[in-house]
Amino acid sequence: MRNEGSIWRSLSIPGVVWLFLFVVVPAYAVVAVAMGQIDSLLQPVPQWNPIDWNVGFVKEAFTSVVPGGTYWPATRNTIVFVAVTVFLCFAIGYPVAYYVARKAGRWKGLLLLLIFLPFWVSYLMRMLAWIGLLAPDGYVNVVLGWIGFGHTEWLSGNPYSVIAALTYGYIPYFILPVYAGLDRIDQRLLEASRDLGASPIRSFFRVTLPLSWPSILAGSVLIVLPMFGDYYTNDLISGSPHTNMLGNSVNLLVQGGSQKNLGAAMVLVLMTILAIGMLYYLWETKRQQEKLAS
Amino acid sequence: MSRLIDPWGRPRWLKLTTWFYIAWSLLPVLAAIVFSFNDGRSRSVWQGFSTRWWWGDPNLSVFHDPIYTNALVHSLELAALDMLIATPLGFLLAIGLSRWRGRGSGSANFLMLVPLTTPELAMAVSLLLVFTQLTIIPFTWIALGTTAQVIGQVTFSVSYVVVIVRSRLASLGPEYEEAARDLGASARQSLQHVLLPLLLPAAFASTLIVFALSIDDFVVTQYMSAGGETVTIPMLLYANARGAATTPALNAVATIMVLVTLIGVGGAYLVLRWFGHRSGDKDAAGQMGMDLTGME
Repeated sequence: MRNEGSIWRSLSIPGVVWLFLFVVVPAYAVVAVAMGQIDSLLQPVPQWNPIDWNVGFVKEAFTSVVPGGTYWPATRNTIVFVAVTVFLCFAIGYPVAYYVARKAGRWKGLLLLLIFLPFWVSYLMRMLAWIGLLAPDGYVNVVLGWIGFGHTEWLSGNPYSVIAALTYGYIPYFILPVYAGLDRIDQRLLEASRDLGASPIRSFFRVTLPLSWPSILAGSVLIVLPMFGDYYTNDLISGSPHTNMLGNSVNLLVQGGSQKNLGAAMVLVLMTILAIGMLYYLWETKRQQEKLAS
Repeated sequence: MSRLIDPWGRPRWLKLTTWFYIAWSLLPVLAAIVFSFNDGRSRSVWQGFSTRWWWGDPNLSVFHDPIYTNALVHSLELAALDMLIATPLGFLLAIGLSRWRGRGSGSANFLMLVPLTTPELAMAVSLLLVFTQLTIIPFTWIALGTTAQVIGQVTFSVSYVVVIVRSRLASLGPEYEEAARDLGASARQSLQHVLLPLLLPAAFASTLIVFALSIDDFVVTQYMSAGGETVTIPMLLYANARGAATTPALNAVATIMVLVTLIGVGGAYLVLRWFGHRSGDKDAAGQMGMDLTGME
């Protein structure tokens, strides 16, 4: 018996070793660089030994993202853009997921295929598509011209374009879990609520919406996580520092060259913010499950 | 009955919203594809139909300009290597994790989820720092470029393979294995003669998904790259999408990338559907879609 259990462990070993080498060790490297020193050529000198850690860069990073700090504009942009994008994804995505899950009838298969399609068109291709449309001489300006709008520069530091692009880019990832959640809801619960005299609207707000709340949360987590590391949407759609998000700051610090220590420290800031969010998410899901169980 | 329980009556506005959403999500991409056939240099004003950016132009078209052909070849090369490494690794990990109960299995499960729950940028930065700063074996062997790109892609692909294979395992249930065990098979025999054949379609499907993930990946691939030889199609899109001198050949190369991805995913879907039909599991289309997007 002992021997049999070890088969499963030995099957896992190659994958676990891989993940240890390329997830755990690299995560430690980020900490070591963030807590390290910088040499006279502005290159980072990582400090692998926790006893000699230097907290200077991490302190600098954490104080730079609060109001008044160097990266506060990026933090503010991130919070505002992400919040508005999540709201728009909900406002557009929820009705779509609801329709496909509940009302599509014989069209369901086709609709599912069509809402899955954007998943498999590369994110950058989808941004490229909007760069063509939003160009100064592109179709968006042409169509807006017909209804009397003046010429608009969409692609130079326009925060509305960035929000629209983020929504366009991430909404499929929101719709899918919400669809799955709505599809799982037992129809008999709705019938029961109607039988007990609730109006249709009331059943929606008292049964469907609360039951789909966990999937709305899951969809939001799924789009918030990558948005905190997104620098490419901004670089492609805006290209101006005015609309920078935290992902841009990290990317510039690390790939730009001379400030890798601060860049690594900013990654720690990012992960701290996301960890707080994830803890809230886990707490909220647990609370939901307990509520359903009681 | 459905009228009775539906709060929105005839869902006309829901239907409208849905079709509007689908048009909004797909038409811009279609427009970008159409512009690859533009006769002029513009990627935003239509100047007539031509195939000059595909093959007509002897220097600047996709199939003639080495910038595009190199990126195409390198993207495919990375995808092939990613498939070869990530699929077996993730396949074994999925089977192992689904049965392994004991010390270490909890942390292994957690580790597997990390690449799916951290922003790709954090992963890319961490890999870049470990490959450039850590001076112990095996990291000293790994230079930025193709090797590092493959390692980075494999690291996130493995998690997707695990998710897909495990969801198949869950839908199979323990019955087949228990039957084999009741008939006297050892754990190894039931694994070899029962589980593996049953999971083969999931393995094949996840291979194709890894292919698609690799072709579309940008952040990790860019961070792990080292100059011109290691440029992929998404990296070309990022670098040139806003360039004033960029021609519709960029749209053509992006179109190729979309087609290649869709062929991979379509293949995966057909494999899973064929498998579903054989096992009589007809209502699995939605689940398959979920599997193909790597979501649980």
